[in-house]
Amino acid sequence: MAQGLEPGDRVRVREDFPQGHVRTPVYVRGKEGVITRDFGPQPNPEVLALGRDGLPKKTLYEVRFKQSELWPDYNGPETDTLLIDIYEHWLSRI
Amino acid sequence: MRGSHDLGGLPAGPIDLEPHDMTFWEKQIDAMNTLLAQKGLRKTDENRRYVEMLSHDAYNTLSYYERWTASLARQMVDKGVLTQDEIDAKIAEIRSRLGQDAG
Repeated sequence: MAQGLEPGDRVRVREDFPQGHVRTPVYVRGKEGVITRDFGPQPNPEVLALGRDGLPKKTLYEVRFKQSELWPDYNGPETDTLLIDIYEHWLSRI
Repeated sequence: MRGSHDLGGLPAGPIDLEPHDMTFWEKQIDAMNTLLAQKGLRKTDENRRYVEMLSHDAYNTLSYYERWTASLARQMVDKGVLTQDEIDAKIAEIRSRLGQDAG
């Protein structure tokens, strides 16, 4: 888990396939991106999904990925990106 | 292992972009969903977990609100609000009232 990430930090998404409800789609797992926004601590949806209180809160970040990083056969412009919200425990600084 | 709901990047056919009116029963399920949340009996992420727990076949066969219905029914059984017997009996009663074969 990465703590205290800031916009501009390069991160990699955890490549993991846990049971239960998670908000990190398969297509970004293991991929490299850049933090673009910090939304602050939020209830953890993986804990809320169990009917519990969502604590401890996890910081939610907006992360930018190059489309060419996500899709090996992407043939659009290299400047095309995707923004997606990811919780801190799915991210590590690189 | 990819969940049935996690479709990003998979090949897909054409998307039906025509607007659809909600049917009366879909509105009823939506209302029930809100009511159960107000009573503290379900959370949005919990609904998602239950929908994602449907079998792959069920997930891909049921409509959006049918998934909600299956999810809510299972949650109410797990939480002891209803029993599966009560749900089955109610379904049989409704089928009988509508003149359909049970089962």
